[in-house]
Amino acid sequence: MSERTKQRYAAERRFRLYGLAAIGAAVLVLATLVTSIGIVGMPAFFQTYIKLDVTVDAADVESGRFRQLTFDAVYAFHPEVTDRREKKRLRGIVSSGADREIRLAVADDPSLIGTTFPIWVRSSDDIDIFIKGQVSRDLPQEDRRVKDNEIAWVDGLVEQGRVETRFNFSFFSTGDSREPEQAGIWGAVVGSFFTLCVALAVSFPLGVLAAIYLEEYAPQNRWTDLIEVNINNLAAVPSIVFGLLGLAMFLNFFGMPRSAPVVGGMVLALMTLPTIIIATRAALKAVPPSIREAALGIGASELQVVTHHVVPLAMPGILTGTIIGMAQALGETAPLLMIGMVAFIVDIPQGIFDPSTVLPVQIYIWADSPERAFVAKTSAAILVLLTFLVCMNAIAVMLRKRFERRW
Amino acid sequence: MSVAEQLENSGQPEKAVERKSKVIGKDITVHYGEKQALFDVNLAIPEHQVTALIGPSGCGKSTFLRCINRMNDVIDGCRVGGELTVDGVDIYRSNIDVVELRARVGMVFQKPNPFPKSIYDNIAYGPRIHGQASGRGEMDEVVETSLRRAGLWDEAKDRLEEPGTSLSGGQQQRLCIARAIAVNPDVILMDEPCSALDPIATARIEELIDELRERFTIVIVTHSMQQAARVSQRTAFFHLGVLVDEGETDQIFTNPKDERTQDYITGRFG
Repeated sequence: MSERTKQRYAAERRFRLYGLAAIGAAVLVLATLVTSIGIVGMPAFFQTYIKLDVTVDAADVESGRFRQLTFDAVYAFHPEVTDRREKKRLRGIVSSGADREIRLAVADDPSLIGTTFPIWVRSSDDIDIFIKGQVSRDLPQEDRRVKDNEIAWVDGLVEQGRVETRFNFSFFSTGDSREPEQAGIWGAVVGSFFTLCVALAVSFPLGVLAAIYLEEYAPQNRWTDLIEVNINNLAAVPSIVFGLLGLAMFLNFFGMPRSAPVVGGMVLALMTLPTIIIATRAALKAVPPSIREAALGIGASELQVVTHHVVPLAMPGILTGTIIGMAQALGETAPLLMIGMVAFIVDIPQGIFDPSTVLPVQIYIWADSPERAFVAKTSAAILVLLTFLVCMNAIAVMLRKRFERRW
Repeated sequence: MSVAEQLENSGQPEKAVERKSKVIGKDITVHYGEKQALFDVNLAIPEHQVTALIGPSGCGKSTFLRCINRMNDVIDGCRVGGELTVDGVDIYRSNIDVVELRARVGMVFQKPNPFPKSIYDNIAYGPRIHGQASGRGEMDEVVETSLRRAGLWDEAKDRLEEPGTSLSGGQQQRLCIARAIAVNPDVILMDEPCSALDPIATARIEELIDELRERFTIVIVTHSMQQAARVSQRTAFFHLGVLVDEGETDQIFTNPKDERTQDYITGRFG
C-alpha cells in the first residue's frame, strides 16, 4: 500500500472517530440531563399519607367545623402536648388541605356522620420530604425544618403503621397551589392545550396559505424578495419581542383578556408563523415539477394543480413543520410572561378566555417558589413537558413515514 | 390565409398539401427573458399524421412543441410572438381558455410522470376535472378504452388500484399516454417520450404512436433520427432556434435540401 493510500485511510478513520466522539458527547449530555431531572423529579410523583381517626357528628357537618375536627384528630395522637406553639407544630404534620379531604369523604358517604372512621390524608410538604429521606437526621436541629419533636411524632406514627407513601394521582388532576403537597400540573396542561389550539388554528391556515401563495403564485420581483427576507428574519426574532407586541397590540390596543390562552395562542402563532411558512415552502418546493407539468398538461387549472397534487404531496412536510413549530410554541415561556400568563391560577381553565398558565411557565413559577418540595415538583413538571415534546416529535416522524410517497 | 400559402411561405413543395393542417405556426418567436429561443418559425402540422421535430440540443424544438399547448406560459419571463392556430383559432388570443386548450392538446413528457395515485385514478383524473364522465360506470369505460388504446389494458386490468408508480418505466410512459388520451384530445404532443426507456419499451411506444395516428394528430420531439424515420410522416429540422428544413420524412432523410440538415442526419454534428 502506498504512503498516500495509507494517509487517506487514516484520515477517513480519524474523521469517523470525530463524528463518533461528537455523537457520544451529545448522547452523554442528554442522558445526564434527563437522568438528573428524573432523579430529582421522581419523588414528586409520590406523596406521603397519614391515617387519622376522625369523629364527625351532625353538628360538625352543619357548622362546617372540619378544620377543627382535623386538628382534634391530630392532637389525639399526643394528648400530652398542651403548649400552644407545640400544638401548632403537631397539627402541621398533616396538610392544610386535609380538612377538605375529610369534608369530601363525608359528602361522598353520609353514613359516616356520627361515627369515628379512619381516613388517609396528605402529610404536609416538610413531613413528606422527611419521609422520603431528603432531610438528614444528623443535621443540628436549627438547620432543618423538621424539628426533633416532630421527628419523634412521625417515627411514632410510622411504627403504628399510620404513614404510607402512595402514587400521587392528584399531581395530574389538580391545578396549582401554594402548598406543594396539593399542587398539581393539570391546570397548566389544560392551559397549554388551549393555548396551542389557538396557536394552531391561527398559524396553520395563515402560514400554509401564505406559503402556497409565495411559492406557487407570487411573481418573482423586489416585493416578494423583500417579503421572503423578512419572513426569514422573523424566524430569528427573540421570542420576548413577540410578547411585547402581544402586550401592546392584543391587550392594550384591542383590550383582550389578560392571562388568557386566546392571547397567548395568538402571540405564539406569530412566533410559529415563520417556521410554518418556511417548512411549507420547502415542502412545496420538494414536489417534483414533473407532477405539476403532468397535471397542467391534461388541463388542470393552477388551483387544481395546487389542491389536487402539490399540497397533498407536500402534506407530510407541512405537517412535520407545523408540529415542530407547535413543539417550539409548547416550550415557549418568555412571550407569555409579557401577557400575564405567569399569574398564580388555581382553577383549571374551562375555555380559551379563562385565565390560565402553561407548562413552561408553571415550571418557572415553581422553580421560583421558596418551598423545598417545589424542587421536585419543578423537575416533575419538566418531565411532563419533555414527555409531551417527545410525543409531538414522534407524531411528526410517524406522519412523515406514513405519508411519504415515492415517485 | 390558406394552408397552401402557409406552406409556400415556409418553402415547401406542393406535394405535401394533401391533408388539412391541424396546427399552423406563423412567424413564431419565443423569448426567455432576454434570450431569443425561436426565430420566425413557420410550420404547418397536418392532421392524423406524426410530425417529428428533430435537431441538436437547445435548438428550440421542445420550445416550439410547448408553444402548441401553451406550456411555456408557466415559465417566468417567457414571451411568445407570432400567430399559432389550432383548427384555425389563434390560441394566443386573450379570450382563449388555456385549460380547455390543454384538454384538446394533450402532452406526454420526457420522463414518465404518473401521479402518485392508483392506475385508475391516473387516467380518471383528466375526465373527472373536465366533467367528461358522469358516474362510476362511464368512468370505468373511459379508463378501459384509454388503457386499451395505449396498449396497457392486458397488463394493468388486474391491478388498477395499485399505484401508477409501481409499473415499469415503459408501462409508466404508456400510462401517461393513456392519461393524455383519456380526455379525448385532438392533438398529442410528445416530448422525447422514449428517451428514458430501454429499446424494447421504445419499440412498443413507437408501435403505439403509429396506431394512435388514426385518431390523433401527433407531434413528437426526438433526439433519435432513426426514431423520427420510423414513426413520422413529416419531419422538421430545427437548428439554433431556426426551422431549417421541413417536409416529408422520406424526403428529409434521403434528399435534404439544406446542407445543415444533411450534416445533422449524417452525424456530422448534433
